[in-house]
This record gives sequence, C-alpha cells and structure tokens, in this order.
Amino acid sequence: MPRTRTLHLAAELAPGTGPSASAADPLAASSAGTAAARTVALARLAEAAGLDFLTHDDSFARPGLDALAVLARVAPETRSVGLVPTVTTTHTEPFHVQAAVATLDWVSRGRAGWRIAVSPSGAEARLFGRRPAPPTAALWQEAGEVAEVSRKLWDSWEDDAEIRDVATGRFVDRRKLHHVNFQGATFSVKGPSIVPRPPQGHPVTVVDATRPAARDTAAHHADVALIRASSAEEAAALRAELLQGARAHGRDPGQLRVLLSATVDLDAYEGGPGALAELIAGWHGGGAIDGFHLVPAVPERDLDRFASDTVTRLRDRGLFRTAYEGGTLRDHLGLTRPVSQYATTGAHA
Amino acid sequence: MSTGTGPKQVHLAAHFPGVNSTTVWADPRSGSQIDFSSFEHLARTAERGLFDFFFLAEGLRLREHNGRIHDLDVVGRPESITVLNALAAVTDRLGLAGTVNATFNEPYELARRLASLDHLSGGRAAWNVVTSSDAFTGENFRRGGYLDRADRYTRAAEFLATARELWDSWTPEGRQRPFAHHGPQFGIEGEFTVPRSPQGHPVVIQAGDSAEGREFAASAADVIFTRHSTLEAGREFYADVKGRLARYGREPGDLKIMPGVTYVLGDTDAEAQELAAEIRRQQVSPQNAILALEQVWGRDLSGYDPDGPLPDIDPDPESTLVQGRVRIADPVAVARKWRALSEAKGLSIRQTVIETSGRQSFVGSPGTVAAALAEFVATDAADGFILVPHLTPGGLDGFVDRVVPLLQERGVFRTEYSGTTLRSHLGLPEPVWKG
Repeated sequence: MPRTRTLHLAAELAPGTGPSASAADPLAASSAGTAAARTVALARLAEAAGLDFLTHDDSFARPGLDALAVLARVAPETRSVGLVPTVTTTHTEPFHVQAAVATLDWVSRGRAGWRIAVSPSGAEARLFGRRPAPPTAALWQEAGEVAEVSRKLWDSWEDDAEIRDVATGRFVDRRKLHHVNFQGATFSVKGPSIVPRPPQGHPVTVVDATRPAARDTAAHHADVALIRASSAEEAAALRAELLQGARAHGRDPGQLRVLLSATVDLDAYEGGPGALAELIAGWHGGGAIDGFHLVPAVPERDLDRFASDTVTRLRDRGLFRTAYEGGTLRDHLGLTRPVSQYATTGAHA
Repeated sequence: MSTGTGPKQVHLAAHFPGVNSTTVWADPRSGSQIDFSSFEHLARTAERGLFDFFFLAEGLRLREHNGRIHDLDVVGRPESITVLNALAAVTDRLGLAGTVNATFNEPYELARRLASLDHLSGGRAAWNVVTSSDAFTGENFRRGGYLDRADRYTRAAEFLATARELWDSWTPEGRQRPFAHHGPQFGIEGEFTVPRSPQGHPVVIQAGDSAEGREFAASAADVIFTRHSTLEAGREFYADVKGRLARYGREPGDLKIMPGVTYVLGDTDAEAQELAAEIRRQQVSPQNAILALEQVWGRDLSGYDPDGPLPDIDPDPESTLVQGRVRIADPVAVARKWRALSEAKGLSIRQTVIETSGRQSFVGSPGTVAAALAEFVATDAADGFILVPHLTPGGLDGFVDRVVPLLQERGVFRTEYSGTTLRSHLGLPEPVWKG
C-alpha cells in the first residue's frame, strides 16, 4: 500500500443516530438559538481538530431542525471544515434540492456536500400526501437520478458564464448557459439552474452504502461512500466492491473515497480514544478504508475526546493533517474540481 | 414603540437587488450578486440602520425571450432560505424574509424549513408567499404544469392555513401532538418535527395588487408588499386594504403596508435629479430599450436602431415571444400610447422607454427624501417601505448614513431595537395558539 495515502476524518453532528439518541435530543429543552449555538460549538471543535467534514443527519419523521438550514447557519462561523447535511430525495423537488445545496456551497465558500437519503416509510409519505412510499429499490434509483440531474444543473452554468460586457450590454454569455432537458422515471427538469455554478463545481456527494439497496447509487454517484463493517476484511471487500462499481459506471475509482462509519461511545469503548486511533491507523494502513466517520453517542463528550485524543495520536504518527492545506471540501478530500460537462472549450459560435 | 403617543413610526426593509432592470450592474461600484459577502454587506448595513428586515426575491426559472435565455440584466441568484440562515449568523436583530413559491412546494417541507429558520435566527423569519407564474416555470418541477389563476390563490390560502396548523401542532409548553389536515388541496397527517418557534409563526408577507391578492393579504398576511409609490395611489390602496381587515376580525395595525420603492440621493435636490436621470439611462441600455420594445410588440425588433423612431408595425397580440415575465394585457393600447408620446416629444426608442419605464420613487437630498418618506407614513399612504437600491452591495450605505438619522431626528424612526424578534420590530401581535 502506498504510504502517502491521506487519512480522512469526519464526524456526525446530529444526535439521533446513536444509541443514546433520545437523551441527547437537541430540541428537548430548545429555546431560541440554542440549537444554533450548540451546533456552532461542535463545528468549531471539529474544525480545530482539522476534520475533513461534518455530517448532519435529517429525516422528515424525526424531531430536529432542517439539516441544511443548520449547516448554513454554521457556515459563516467556521472557515475550513466541510458541511454535509442529509438531504432526502423522495418527497422533495430535485430543482429545489440542487439549488439549496449549491447555495450552501456559495455561503460556505466551497465547503458544501450533501448526504443523499431516501424516505422509505409510510409515515413520511403521509406527511406529504402525494404518493405512497415506493419500494426501496425504486427510491434509490430515483435518488441516483436526483444526483445526476443535480450535477447537470450545477454544470448548466459554465464557470465563466457571467461576463458583464458593458459594450454589448450583456450580463451573461448565454452560450454558456444550458438547458439540461432531463427526463427521469418520476420527474423531469428543463433547466438551467437559477444558481450560478457553485465554487466547487459540484458540491461533494455522500451516500451511506451500508445497505445493499444504496450501493449501486453510491458507486455511480458518490464522491464519498460511508460503509459499516465489523472487520478490516469486510471493510476492504466493501471498498473493493464500490471501487469496482464506480469503474463499471465509467468513473475514475480514484475519485471515490470510502469511509468507515461507526457509532462510538468513547466512555464505553474498550481502550478508549487510544484504541480507536490504533484501529483507524491499522485499517487505513492496510488499505481497508480511506478514513473514518465518527458517529458520536454523545456529541459534546465524544467529539471532544475524539478531537483531543484520537486525532492527536493520529497526528503524532504523521497520519493526519496538522493544518488545512486547501480551502474547499474537495481540497480536503483530494478530489478534483470537475469541469462542466457542457464546457464549450472556449469555441465561439 | 407602537403603544406610544408620538408620531406614527416608519418601518424600513432592504431588498437585495437582483434579477430586474433596477440593478445597474455596469457601474464600476457594482459587486457580485452571488458571493455571500454581498449579502452580508447589505444585511449588516440594514441592521446598522435598525431596519425591520432584509428581503430576498426568488427565481425558479431563468427568463427567456424569443426562445433564448435573457442576458441583459443580472441573471441568477441563490436559494433564499439557505442564504437567510447564513445571514442569521452575521446579524443579531434584523428580520430575514424570503420569497418562496406556494405552487411548487409542499406545506410540510416548507413549514419545517421556515420554522427551522425562525429557531436558528432567534425569531427573525418571514415568508413572502407568492404563487407560480406559468407552465414555463413548471417545467422545472415534478408538478409540471401550472394552476390557473383562481386555483393558485386557493392553493396558497390552504397552503398557508396548513403551515399554521403545523406550527401550532406543538404546544407552547413544548409538547408534540399529531396533526391531520384533510382539505381540497392537501391531505396530510403525522407529527411535525420542529417545536413551536420563537415567533410562534414566522411573519407572513404577501405581494400582490389584484382584488384576490388584497383579500388574501387582509385575511392572512402580516405585511403586504405593494408597488404604490405615489401618495394618491398609496392612500387609496391603504384605505382599501385596511378596510378589508375588520371582516376577518383583525385590527388595522395587524397588517403593515410596505411598498417597494427606489430612491436616489444627492447633496442637493438638483444634483439628485441629475443623478436619477443618469441612472435611468444606465438601466435602459440600447439593448434593453429594444428588449422592452419587443416585450410590448411581441415581435423580433433587433433590426431597429434604439436611437431611431418607434416601429410603424403593430404589436402581435398572439405573440409567444416573451416567457417568464408578466404579459402586457393590451399591447396594442400600450404601443399607441408610446407612439403618441414619442411623436409629441420627439423621442427615440430608447428615450421613449426611459420616459415610460419606472422612475425612482424618491429623489432628492437626504432631507427631501426623509421628509417625503415621513409624509407617506404620517398620511396613511404606507406603514413603511421596502427599499430597493440600484447598486449591489453598497447601494444602501448612503441611505443608512444620511437619511436614517434625519428620520430619527423627526422622531419617526427607532434609535435602537426594542425587541429581538421581527414581530416585535413590526409591532405585530403574537399569533394566538390554536390548540
């Protein structure tokens, strides 16, 4: 294994995904602003530790604020850490979703991602009343189409579409704005986007590929895939499957990061933060994973211990950055900034 | 503030100038319309000026003209609610108002996003309810087609009522209760995931001038955003809308009337008038003049000289040239009026468009503008104004530095925020919880 592979670290901000979810309900004692203050404090902690990004889970059926709203609120109070809200694709409008994610990239100056999720339950369907919950396979198929149309819409403005040409009175060069004319199984979008191309070109797409139903969508569309595994061998096999899937979809597998997502209670974890550092270093060094996504059982406690202890040990071994080297989330992840698929290579009509 | 015995207070809001011909993007002082720093600058300026709120419009499809994407004015903008959440981090008191369409959204999701903004801003959220323009916009959405005019308001009214049911589904004590709404437009049920927010209900703004729009505002809105910028038209509108409130059991103070207005400041009135004329020339470039003409005529007039006379041919009333804009109801009559004006004054195409396009609402020295604004409010032509500067992002700086102090000297504008929520700035009652 090449020694120079970069280790990537991320963490989840929203309690509700761990075993002590109910105890840590952020809204249990919510007064105005407490949700924001709490999340900003956690994000600053993660940023001080140099983490690649923070996820914020979300669901229409679980108590909590809109995740993209929370991370937009956090953006101006942080400078470097990536911000990855869960945004679901089942009951939402693809055009609105891509515009909101692109806008998060603008307000964070190139630090946005989104974790694609679906809404499989009847309870979620009844909140919208538009259609019953389709089968899970169809939901992930649709999620892939939303990812695809989002990339088309982000590309629908070429980077240099805004020209402000006073002589001809033109604000934009309309040859660099494109209709996407996307026709999916359940929706169609004409385009172009209303939002100019975001700073990263494409905000980073994250998919939890633990469930087999989501795996092909992850291999096809994700920049970062999250997996769960109980051994290094299992993680390596899943990673290999995802990279192979990416290749089969015509992608460069070097542009897909696979992170092990694990719920960690550092009070109960045998050996504590030190043992966790050993495990991460071992699995990463062995090539089973590209990094680790911490899902803290109690964010205030576990994220603090992870940052101050686990991350420090990984740095001491020279395995993790001591400072951010780039400004965008793509920089942190070592992912290239994509060229617009409509780019006209400067040829003028 | 609103309970005092002093003069009636002026409310002020700031509109981020975007996709329209108000913006003078060719001015060297004009900055980005998309970088967050521009939004931050205007919002901080508005807060420095103790404004009630910051206002963002919305776009759902790029405008097209003659089958081609419009390229002469500012094109493109961010998604409103996301920008407002970020602005909540860099402001403390300023209200944050976003335009969101009720046609291409669903009540559960939008009510949740607005309640989230209200929590994350400490009670400063507002929603400007609009309805879809046309099937052209619908091509970007699952819903696809469009609703006809009457159905749009039916849906919007039930949408808003449903959102309020969701906002009331948690008790003020913080207990979550299931909701169920089954009406002609929406059949939804379950549990709302966001507790009652600091304002109870985010402030609701409605923009509209039609009889249906006025009635909808009188029945359900907290603020109405209008276009009336003359004293006479303003007073007539004000009396009409305030007169509609009683039948909904509401007091005149429960609905604030705020026209969107533009302004030009100069050291003297004469200097401001000169500057205003120059800004109008910049707003109506030669290319924009031809475009404005095509919007009336419904024909390709790209061969005409903007400095030459108006076309001899008549408008095409069946034209599909213009999309994504409000259609002119009677283009033949407009063309007749323009020809008459052009002939009477010897005006070219461009001069005619400049003459007929919107003038700045308030032009003059800071003293003149402050006096005019105060008179509008004192004589019930408005409760306040949504100011639309012509420059991004610094266009409000001069107003805050030079006009706000004069309004304060007159005793018609606050010298500090007395509350923390947008409702408190506007002097609006807390919504009654309907348990």
